[in-house]
Amino acid sequence: MAVLLAASPARPRGRLRALPACIFLAFALIPIVAPFVGGGYLVSLGSRVMIFAIAAVALDLLVGYGALISFGHAAFIGIGAYAVGILSVYGITDALVSLPVALAVSAAYAFLTGVVCLRTSGVYFIMITLAFGQMAFFTASSLAPFGGDDGLTIAARNTLAGLPLLRNERAFYYLVFVCLLGTYLFCRALVRSRFGRVVRGAKENPVRMATIGFDVYRFRLATYVIAGALAGLSGFLLANATEFVSPAYMSWQRSGELIVMVLLGGLGSLDGAIIGAAAYLLTEEWLSGVTEHWKVIFGPVLVLVVLFARGGLIGLARDLARRFARA
Amino acid sequence: MPDAVLHLDRLRKSFGALVVTDDLTFDVMPRELHAVIGPNGAGKTTLINQISGLIAPDSGTIQFAGRDITALPTHARAELGLARSFQVSSILPGFSALENVALAVQSRAGSSFRVLGRAAAEAALNEPAMAALADGEKRALELAIALAMQPKVLLLDEPMAGTGREETARLVELLRRLKGQFAVVLVEHDMTAVFALADRISVLIYGRILASGTPARVRADPRVVAAYLGDEME
Repeated sequence: MAVLLAASPARPRGRLRALPACIFLAFALIPIVAPFVGGGYLVSLGSRVMIFAIAAVALDLLVGYGALISFGHAAFIGIGAYAVGILSVYGITDALVSLPVALAVSAAYAFLTGVVCLRTSGVYFIMITLAFGQMAFFTASSLAPFGGDDGLTIAARNTLAGLPLLRNERAFYYLVFVCLLGTYLFCRALVRSRFGRVVRGAKENPVRMATIGFDVYRFRLATYVIAGALAGLSGFLLANATEFVSPAYMSWQRSGELIVMVLLGGLGSLDGAIIGAAAYLLTEEWLSGVTEHWKVIFGPVLVLVVLFARGGLIGLARDLARRFARA
Repeated sequence: MPDAVLHLDRLRKSFGALVVTDDLTFDVMPRELHAVIGPNGAGKTTLINQISGLIAPDSGTIQFAGRDITALPTHARAELGLARSFQVSSILPGFSALENVALAVQSRAGSSFRVLGRAAAEAALNEPAMAALADGEKRALELAIALAMQPKVLLLDEPMAGTGREETARLVELLRRLKGQFAVVLVEHDMTAVFALADRISVLIYGRILASGTPARVRADPRVVAAYLGDEME
């Protein structure tokens, strides 16, 4: 994985400028074309893709821009989701409350664990984020009043300022859409800002950054908290999409899947994280329809992508665009 | 010497049985160019690393601008005005030259928690990344980054290493012009450069200062000639 990090481009270079617009246009059009092709199924699949894309974009901030390979990212999704679930048990079902709570709790968990995790680096960072992720997982599993291992069914989706807006599939879809768009634009501004420049610099050479006066730890901690909160947003949406929360949301397999999404799409380009999330979930959806042993096919495909398309799908697309432009 | 801008007092550092800094006391006066010379393995880079905070000494203290900075982390020392260059060029390879310098400037300006506004010099996306620069250019850039920090003391760890004769002359000229604006600790193997620039020279051997004084005195010191300059001058 270290090799991959080194080989990844520091930032997208030229070309494919229209790609983000195309991605979001495609997402925006899904509910409009859905009645003619897949119906409600396509809409719910689309919102699932976008929900995980939010978490993947957040993870890309850490892995792609900060070289911080977090193996516990799913924990923040789970915490955001549980915030919705637990509040609903107590009759608090409005998004105006549950969303801020979901963001605050996941950011707080990111802060508390980040203070410890970011003292380490490399393999140790991977292991300690994994440990904290598992800690969240086992804590959720032992929450007997909230379903324990079995999870917790939520009676109904959150209301928005008292209105049952999110119960409309299409309205919910566009809420997720706006959240993804907001996350993407925010992260894009972040990596290009002065703050982002420090984070990117610390990825390339933390010692140099310290000698020119940057407390790299503080910048990494801030990034970690931001990424945690955004994953919490994704958890908030996931709980509402499925009307169910479960410890499985925070399992380490789920954290691994998120890393795969980011790698598959291409590290260090936020567009890539979205494409990766879409490619992963759609392939999973399609292959699992073909055979129940779909992972046997999916595994080798992943190996091939990682081996032969170092920049992930987005790198592949960039190469093709370059060749096309030259021809 | 109470008015020294940088004062190391009985600094000691050993790696296992190897003593690399041996009870070393060392002063840098304001605006002075103090060169540190010595054979390979004398502990010059280890000394620079202790001053900049990348390595912690086993004992002894480091005073900088009237403060004890022995326990301060590297970034805090940099904020106080201690800048350094590296022997092996450590410029951010994926960044353009302009961005490398801009980072030092924004560190100095204390404006790095701006999350949203687009950072200036990002426009330089089309500039070649650092990997494309020649060694001499990297050296000059390394210096530019250190200067952008408006240092009180500048630690230069072999700034001429790996540069051609012409580039060395250019760097010497540049340092001559900068001299007097701030204190410089210059670690360098190029004796022509050292003797042309230094106000004071300290000779470091096995982690100890063998001799310290004006270039003329050091050049004439028989112990220095015997231990180091003899080979170096031939």
